[in-house]
Amino acid sequence: MSKKNISVFLAGLLVLTSLLSACGAPAPTAAPAPTVAPTQGVAAATEPPTTAPTAPSCDCGTGPVVLNAYFETGFDLPFKLAEEFTKQYPNVTWDIKQDQFTNLINETPRLLSGDNPPDLIRLPTMVSFAKDGLLKNLDGYAATLGWDKWPVPQLDQNRVAADGTRGSGALYAMGLNYSLTGVFYNKKLAAQIGMTEPPKTLAEFDDLLAKAKAAGLLPIMQWGSAKSGMGLAFPLQAIMASVGPTGPINDWIFQKKGATIDTPSNLTAAQHLEQWIKNGYLPPDINAIEYTDSNARFTKGEGVFTFNGDWENASFDKNMAGNVGFFLMPPAEAGGSPAAMSAPLTYGIAANAKNADCAAFFLNWVASNPGARQIDVTVGGSNPGGPADATMPTVAAGSVTNETLAAGTVIGKAGTAMDFIANSTSSIFAQGWTPELQKMVGGKQDAAGLLKAVQAEYERELAQ
Amino acid sequence: MASIATPDKHPIALANSRWARFKRVRRETLAGWLFALPALLMYAAFVLVPLLLTIVYSFYRWNGIGPMSWVGLKNYVTIFQVPDLLGTIFNAFWLVLWFSLIPVGLGLIVSSVIHRVATGRFGEIARTVLFLPQVIPLVAAGIIWGWLLALPGLINQMIKAIGLGAITRAWLGDFDWALPSVGLIGIWVLLGFCTVLLLTGMTRVDQALYESARIDGASWLTEFVAITVPLLRHEIGVCLTVTVTAALAAFDIVYVSTAGGPGNSTAVPGIQIYILAFTQRAIGLASALAVMLMILVVVVILPIQRLTRESRQ
Repeated sequence: MSKKNISVFLAGLLVLTSLLSACGAPAPTAAPAPTVAPTQGVAAATEPPTTAPTAPSCDCGTGPVVLNAYFETGFDLPFKLAEEFTKQYPNVTWDIKQDQFTNLINETPRLLSGDNPPDLIRLPTMVSFAKDGLLKNLDGYAATLGWDKWPVPQLDQNRVAADGTRGSGALYAMGLNYSLTGVFYNKKLAAQIGMTEPPKTLAEFDDLLAKAKAAGLLPIMQWGSAKSGMGLAFPLQAIMASVGPTGPINDWIFQKKGATIDTPSNLTAAQHLEQWIKNGYLPPDINAIEYTDSNARFTKGEGVFTFNGDWENASFDKNMAGNVGFFLMPPAEAGGSPAAMSAPLTYGIAANAKNADCAAFFLNWVASNPGARQIDVTVGGSNPGGPADATMPTVAAGSVTNETLAAGTVIGKAGTAMDFIANSTSSIFAQGWTPELQKMVGGKQDAAGLLKAVQAEYERELAQ
Repeated sequence: MASIATPDKHPIALANSRWARFKRVRRETLAGWLFALPALLMYAAFVLVPLLLTIVYSFYRWNGIGPMSWVGLKNYVTIFQVPDLLGTIFNAFWLVLWFSLIPVGLGLIVSSVIHRVATGRFGEIARTVLFLPQVIPLVAAGIIWGWLLALPGLINQMIKAIGLGAITRAWLGDFDWALPSVGLIGIWVLLGFCTVLLLTGMTRVDQALYESARIDGASWLTEFVAITVPLLRHEIGVCLTVTVTAALAAFDIVYVSTAGGPGNSTAVPGIQIYILAFTQRAIGLASALAVMLMILVVVVILPIQRLTRESRQ
């Protein structure tokens, strides 16, 4: 083989291995550009395979691996999953650091760009990290491990395009599971106001709220202090999706060009919420209620309904066993599709992570291994996602998790999942929704002003 | 060294002794600087350098990781354009009333009462109780105050018990009452500090002044106005400096009690700087607000300092 031939052969091999073994080449765009004519490359690739280096496999190998991970304090799920993973793959051990979510927001840029970048990290936000090249592009893994064949919406929320819009583009994170939000209700109190089945329309729900008020009960328990972040964003978005389409809401969250939250149907939704406030359906001290206090008070029987997510399932099941139910926010029109906020519990891999392949294998294992999926549902309370044909883990009878999982299937079929309006920019919740909704509660802001103020803050943050 | 101990009148010896003194002073100065050097290095590394960097960042647009781009004064202009940012500065001045004027005023009254009528054991107990908030971690105190001021909290229960149920409310969640409630927590924290400092100042004042005033039949009020306040100008100056700075640069008390809510009614520059820098990652804008806050503190504190210095002269 002449010198030129050897270089052609090597270049061909490089192209081939980068296309075939995604674990070694995370992103098709990042793969070395072929410098030789394709025919030469293909020809070279027909050389005996014994000379080719063994393609790296997407697993953790057999030698000792220590996964460097950052988890969120207060949530057992990742820790239990890590424990189970080591049981199944004893060569993998963990170096887990943990911190509060709010601290992770501040620390993540430094962790990702530091000397010892994490193999696996809970991502509070991802757009700017992806844009700054701090996160590993997972498209290669998705192709190799078959993630791109999973039901579509799962991966979309973790995609970031080159212009920084979310929802499409390269994959930068995976969900450990996919949470679902909706309305939890106190079964005893619901029976007291004559609710025999979940409402089928927004009007029916309104009727139930009015009945609760008339019966001297608090219709909705919700949190709203600035420390916890304004919980009225949950019912607001639920009403938005009830009276209008979910597409424009997702466009706004994903920062699509020209997207606005100030649409006619969102105005109708905001006015509806304003009416709930005026009707006294919410606790009078909502602006001072913390998230944990709201849950504690709901658990103790204050409030017929509360808007929350399935991450609270385990806690509700434990503290009000058999007395808690769940339904999706009903559509405005009878027969319409319900919609819900559903967001992945996002974990990413640092661009320079030492054990990226093993971390990717772990993410794949979480969604596909029966033991992991069981932990996902039992401990996390949420849908584990994964391949369409994966079996759903069993859940204890009478658990509210049965209801949220069933609701998740409804949303999946209808394709009406939305991300959370508080996630559109990193501080839209702290600087936009929370203060403006608090003002609405205090009678200092109306529905139209709320949407205008939030849109102005959104544009200001995007312009920065 | 001997020539210094026994100075000679001979001109050469005198020159020698001057030289020796100069050398000694220089050596002492050098030794002084050497002693101060570790502290100076730390001060430079952790105060001066960050301060300069903050000023530099304030002229850039930067997310903390990516490339920085020069924007000139744009960040400063933004602060004046966005009402929620400028509003925090007004809130900070409101807090001066609660964190500074009331604690110093009350501290003067309380300390003079303790000084006049409650010497001995009772005075010690009163001083300790008032000073306790200074040694309790503010975060813990903020959480407890949050519970106390909540709608189902102890304070509302007490108000109800005395028949004023109509005025109960979630104090920290009410637009009109949140700032005064945060102010109340500030008074609780800072009153002890002011009282103890002023009381120490009072013990320094010549007791004969008080005795002669009392012989002349001066009332408590006359004593207070004619002796206590004028002679405590220095201590009052220190109290004002510390508490005004605490008010303008407030963060901890506000963050743990309301986090700026409801609807920005208690948002202060400290909170906004934190959100801008660490949540929004607008390092440039956050730095500009920080620089403005620093200038504001200096502008307010300098006259107080000057007043104190004049009184000492």
